[in-house]
Amino acid sequence: MELIEQANQEAIKRILSADPVLVDVVYAKDIVPNLTDKMILHAGPPISWDRMCGPMQGAIAGITVFEGWAKNLKEAAKLAAEGVITFDPNHHHDAVGPMTGITTISQPMLVVENRTFGNRAYCAINEGLGKVMRFGGNDAEVLQRLSWIRDILGPSMGKALREMGGLELKPLIARGLSMGDEMHQRNVACSGLILRAIAGVMAKTADDIKSLSDSLDFISSNDQFHLNIAMAMGKSMMDPVYDIEGSSVVTAMARNGTDFGIRVSGTGNEWFTAPVEMPEGLYFAGFTEADANPDMGDSTIIETIGLGGFAMGAAPAVAGFVGAGAASEAEDYTRLMGEICVDENPEWTIPGLNYLGVPTGIDIRLVVDTGISPTINTGIAHKEPGVGQVGAGIVRAPLTCFENALRRLAENLGIS
Amino acid sequence: MTSRIENGKKHLLGDPIVVLNIGLENFSHELAECDTPVIQLDWKPSAGGNPELANLLSKLGI
Amino acid sequence: MAYTLNKVYQGFYQDSVALMRLSRELKERVGVKEAALMMGSPSNKQILEDAGLLTDTGKAAAGGDLILSIQATDVDTANAVLTVAELKIKGKDNFSTAERDWRPKSIRAAVRAEPSANFALISVPGEFAAAEARKALMHDLNVMMFSDNVPLEEEVQLKQLAGKKDLLMMGPDCGTAILDGIPIAFANKVKNGDIGVIGASGTGIQEVTSLISNHGGGISQAIGVGGRDLSDEIGGLTTLAAIDRLDNDEGTKQVILISKPPGERVLTSVLDRIGQSKKPFTVCFIGATGLQLPPNATAVRTLEETAQTALGGIKFYHSERIDLKVCKGRTQIRGLFSGGTLAAESQLILLDAGQAVSSNAKVPGAQDISEAKNIHKIIDLGDDQYTQGRPHPMIDPEVRSELLLQAHQDSNVGVILVDVVIGFGAHSDPAGNLVNMLTEISVDTSPIIVASVTGTEEDPQIRSKQVKTLKSVGVVVAESNAEATRIALKLLGINS
Repeated sequence: MELIEQANQEAIKRILSADPVLVDVVYAKDIVPNLTDKMILHAGPPISWDRMCGPMQGAIAGITVFEGWAKNLKEAAKLAAEGVITFDPNHHHDAVGPMTGITTISQPMLVVENRTFGNRAYCAINEGLGKVMRFGGNDAEVLQRLSWIRDILGPSMGKALREMGGLELKPLIARGLSMGDEMHQRNVACSGLILRAIAGVMAKTADDIKSLSDSLDFISSNDQFHLNIAMAMGKSMMDPVYDIEGSSVVTAMARNGTDFGIRVSGTGNEWFTAPVEMPEGLYFAGFTEADANPDMGDSTIIETIGLGGFAMGAAPAVAGFVGAGAASEAEDYTRLMGEICVDENPEWTIPGLNYLGVPTGIDIRLVVDTGISPTINTGIAHKEPGVGQVGAGIVRAPLTCFENALRRLAENLGIS
Repeated sequence: MTSRIENGKKHLLGDPIVVLNIGLENFSHELAECDTPVIQLDWKPSAGGNPELANLLSKLGI
Repeated sequence: MAYTLNKVYQGFYQDSVALMRLSRELKERVGVKEAALMMGSPSNKQILEDAGLLTDTGKAAAGGDLILSIQATDVDTANAVLTVAELKIKGKDNFSTAERDWRPKSIRAAVRAEPSANFALISVPGEFAAAEARKALMHDLNVMMFSDNVPLEEEVQLKQLAGKKDLLMMGPDCGTAILDGIPIAFANKVKNGDIGVIGASGTGIQEVTSLISNHGGGISQAIGVGGRDLSDEIGGLTTLAAIDRLDNDEGTKQVILISKPPGERVLTSVLDRIGQSKKPFTVCFIGATGLQLPPNATAVRTLEETAQTALGGIKFYHSERIDLKVCKGRTQIRGLFSGGTLAAESQLILLDAGQAVSSNAKVPGAQDISEAKNIHKIIDLGDDQYTQGRPHPMIDPEVRSELLLQAHQDSNVGVILVDVVIGFGAHSDPAGNLVNMLTEISVDTSPIIVASVTGTEEDPQIRSKQVKTLKSVGVVVAESNAEATRIALKLLGINS
């Protein structure tokens, strides 16, 4: 089909020509489109309260208290069940969020602008490891940290970014890849690069020394700080690819802890969902598979742009960490993902693989044909709300999503 | 009555033959023995053996 | 009471030859009555069902799943064999991780890795073959498809697509080609020359190209078109494309065309096309009569005659005297052929000598093997009834052993006629295999065995070595299959 090939070339052109720049940090209520009061955005495809997993419900209860819509967690859960609180996927609001992916009006959002196309995408700031809301945490400590991010870190980062005129992300990712990051499970290098780029300006624009030192401490102690920036970047790169007639390129992959969903360029904004799978991986001491929550989060936008599991060859250390096998096998994952992608990204290359570009543009036809589903590097959340991360691993996108998307694409093209 | 073919003649396929072998591996080994470039695919049935999807795929230009 | 055990391996693919080898290995174990490893396609499940080897577990398998079935004397034996089988199966399953040399999994990935690829050789199971061929054509690859059981309409579509893209679509059911001197799949290492060959039959091409090469000639190109190409349904699309190619090929000075008699409509278009060529054609439509050929074409009846005509009308002579005598009362020839076209050629020669002959792959004038009694029998062992669930007899001649014993025990059979096809793709020592079978048979009076060896000195098996092996146990070896058939007749006292 010439139409599909041309449509996919157009999709690739748009992905590769993107120019994502981290420009600001702004409160969600002031910037996220169509986000209203008492509305909670979550990760993954649409889902109702009763079908949500434990951590997702926990996070929602927590944020409801944080926003002051309920006095306590019990009341929050009641409001959610009664429909007083409304839910919508981040993806429907130009936004993404890791794990539970909770977004509400008062959260400060990282703003990434794709300067080639003029569109913007948003993601909340990464809270760090351990007991955090993205893993369903909702106690006082969690909420206190969120307040600090809202009141101190967010505004000071925003001020610094505006002063800098934005921070170009494409070259930063290229450097990160050469430093062993794949930007999903490993963001050590990129987080460091961000800190290096922003620290001086933050000092220059800081209101007081305590806020500055707390902020710099927070960023420098969080190896995954860059994850949320990468996610907003991914969203800003893929949104212009949405709705190219005939294109079989995946524009989004996301999980809500119950369903895995994908969107495909040629089928517009329709979600193709299937029950989410359990990650396979390694657990922190004291935890086992029995503690694990099914796969969750919008962070699969990272794989959608060719990073994460697709760039495993750049991050041999991650292969061991996520239990994907020996470090020497990391490159097999990248080559395998190359089988299901339209092209490679010549600007994001992996030195260890002879500067092979990361596989870019997941083609649902190739996924269904080869039976190779996208490999996703992921954190594993405890199934009980509030416990947090218990391990890391890899998870496969369910093939059913791709098969159903393929049927719909064929139908749209009048092929049976 | 037969004439040897000179070097530099036009090839039947336009270029020297470079083979993708999809299926029986023995064919690959034998072609390699004749110094013919050959790539053996690690083939599995398309779409996990689902004929409906395999058929759809071949029409969608995979 | 036998116990049958099934196990299903989801999405696990192995090529059929590897599976058949493993099932034979398992079958040889003590206490095992039957063992089978098959992909879970509906046709395979039917085969297993018919053989009483399918349990509910196996019934649930999908087309891309592998079914292992073991029938043993008891549960324990079956489980023990399962353990052995699993080790062997899994040993081959370490696809991406154990093997350091990466292999592409799809045509698209392979083409990306090797952009100069221009040819796809496809031998996957028939139900998946058409889809792979379409992909290959879409990636501008010429295709040779060894797979068969592809629906007619798919074959037409693929050949039309190939025509549109100016690519060669050889097959389905095409096992033989020699392109720019390179033997592909079932083919022989022949001398280079100026004779181009187009054939709907693999062994026909092999016999003719080998005879030409062994008698001073040489081959420019040999293009297989697939068994059904010259049927009216397919319309000779590949044959016509192949004629175009050879017409434009500077290295080809004359063209040979070998096929079963074509359909009526396709015959007209092929002969028209031949008439437009400036090159001489030798046309062998095995069994066809009364052909009206254009002036630049010569009609011939047998494969031997085809080679002789292309070589300028020379004759192949057999100089050895044969001092063997057939036992009294034994008056029939039993042909056990791995090559279908060789079986057809033998039938023609018998018919031309005024003999009645029956076959499971009969030429015009021959009788149905299931009805005719007490006449010469020519059996094509490559026919579906002999190849269900096992490799083609050219790869694994095992199927011949049982029929060889039957022929020995039949007191009417005076001569057993066999073909030994060597070359690439074929068994590594078919003559040795035949000799082993013959030495295992012990009967008081034996028929005389007459064989021909299709192949050349340059083939991996080396023709003269194969001949020597056969002669060491008293097999009469002819220069060609046609001559072998004439010798058989002569031994029975019939003039040909």
